[in-house]
Amino acid sequence: MKLRVTWFDSVIVVIICLISLLVILPFLYIIAVSFSPPGDSLAGNFFIWPKHWTLDAYSYLLNADTFLTSVRNSVLITVMGTCLSLFVSITLAYALSKKYLPGRRAILLFIFFTMIFHGGMIPSYLVVKNLGLIDSYWAVVLPAASSAFNIMVIRSFFQSLPESLDEAARIDGAGEFRILYSVVLPLSKPIIATFTLFFMVQFWNEFFSAVIYLNDTSRWPIQPLLRQMVAISASNISAEAAVDAQMAANLGPNVQNAAILLAMLPIVIVYPFLQKYFAKGAMLGSIKE
Amino acid sequence: MQRSLRPKRFQQLWPFYVLAAPGILYFVIFHYIPMSGLVLAFKEYSPFKGIMNSPWVGLDNFRQFFGTSDFYILLKNTLLISLLNLVIYFPFTIFLSLLLNELRLKIFKRVSQTIVYLPHFLSWVVIYGITISFFGPSGVINHYLEAWFGGGANFLVSNEWFRPLIIFQSIWKDAGWGTIIFLAALAGINPEQYEAAKVDGANRLQNIWHITLPGIKSTIVILLLLRLGSSMDSNFMQIFLMTNSLNLDVSNVFDLFVYHIGLEQFNYSFAITVGMFKSVASLILVLAANYAAKALGEEGIF
Repeated sequence: MKLRVTWFDSVIVVIICLISLLVILPFLYIIAVSFSPPGDSLAGNFFIWPKHWTLDAYSYLLNADTFLTSVRNSVLITVMGTCLSLFVSITLAYALSKKYLPGRRAILLFIFFTMIFHGGMIPSYLVVKNLGLIDSYWAVVLPAASSAFNIMVIRSFFQSLPESLDEAARIDGAGEFRILYSVVLPLSKPIIATFTLFFMVQFWNEFFSAVIYLNDTSRWPIQPLLRQMVAISASNISAEAAVDAQMAANLGPNVQNAAILLAMLPIVIVYPFLQKYFAKGAMLGSIKE
Repeated sequence: MQRSLRPKRFQQLWPFYVLAAPGILYFVIFHYIPMSGLVLAFKEYSPFKGIMNSPWVGLDNFRQFFGTSDFYILLKNTLLISLLNLVIYFPFTIFLSLLLNELRLKIFKRVSQTIVYLPHFLSWVVIYGITISFFGPSGVINHYLEAWFGGGANFLVSNEWFRPLIIFQSIWKDAGWGTIIFLAALAGINPEQYEAAKVDGANRLQNIWHITLPGIKSTIVILLLLRLGSSMDSNFMQIFLMTNSLNLDVSNVFDLFVYHIGLEQFNYSFAITVGMFKSVASLILVLAANYAAKALGEEGIF
């Protein structure tokens, strides 16, 4: 069938193009500023195509200890957090996917309740503090290890696997751990991929728990450092601890925007892989048992 | 009779409990123990005496909280931001879903979806950084305002611009992502309805009004109620970043207040009181929303 293009179609296409442009333009601007000498962008001589190209901002950031340390910390937190989250969420969700497990309903209710009620910021802070985790990466990683929502989504995936698989493996004499490891997990690649990416994004973007749990700013991941770096130009916010004096002196708009770009780079790189799985994952979460 | 091959006795079931243990432990330590910390709302916490031995003060903290003007300002700021999100962000998401749904060229639809989903994955700090690049004192918008009109605006440090900026950020970051669930609902509408309407001579606007929108009505109702249920939660990360001493009149919401009182002034008991008020109010709202959904003949949230 040939598509007949009506005025209605054209209007919609135009609006969608405008919206898409509104999403893309900021990125182009950020990229352009990061590649321009500081004087250029302050004078507003260009918008999305630099007049003069320079790599100064990037070579500065890639040589700045403070910045590199924060990247290293972010990578560490992301790896630790993703592994731990996958472990905790998959094991619990798998156990809860077994409909014949006595006590299953009680555990489900117990977990579900955390979705609608929580102790809040200060009690959580006190728990982390009393566990002696302040200034440790674990303070960022452990409290965010899972969520009721994750458990529900992963569980519903496991439930969709045929039960006869387990039974066949059991006849062959496999133990439950062996079944999970050698039969179920290889079949669960889509959901594992989804949540690996999901957790990676979550921990890379982690900001607030680093601010409250890591007093030692040399342990800061990239997000709180980025905030310090860009906040300097937002007038009344003072350049605090983490941005050392030398770095603050070098903070032109090019350096700031290069930092924004580098902080989102891993996300933009994994995004194409994300996109394939995520729409499905988000949908899965909306489907009830 | 078929012999079940499920493990039946405890000897065979224990592996599942072992698997569940780390997760349950996680929920106990990081979700349930904090709930027990709420007793501090009824105590005057003293770091020297510890949580257990601090003296009870009954409802004093609550009386103090409800007695101050802070309470009304926080309530107003929190609810106003939720309300604005509800009347601007939420309908925009539906509007965007309808637009994407009407796109007939598959490739164009995919590309535009890919683009509008992207900002959802960026951190609030990155969004904040981009906002400063555009709306900051030396940002691009102020540059053009000065070039064209001879004067700029202090977007980031003014009371008037705080709410518009917050809503704009929310739309930019999440409206695209929010369409996913509507698009799923839209895909579930029976195409025969459109064919029948075509026979009756309906145009596409009439289709949207009489078939598409009613087709996603239940999704809209559920999501709307979910949002109402979370009215007490502002997007804390976003507000934490966008706030400063000059726009505090409009930006101070419950979570931010808790942060200032608790983690900056170390008045744990009072901060927990405020947090507890918020958690309980949220719980009531969520349950009420669920009840309302069921009363309307929808499935309910749970």
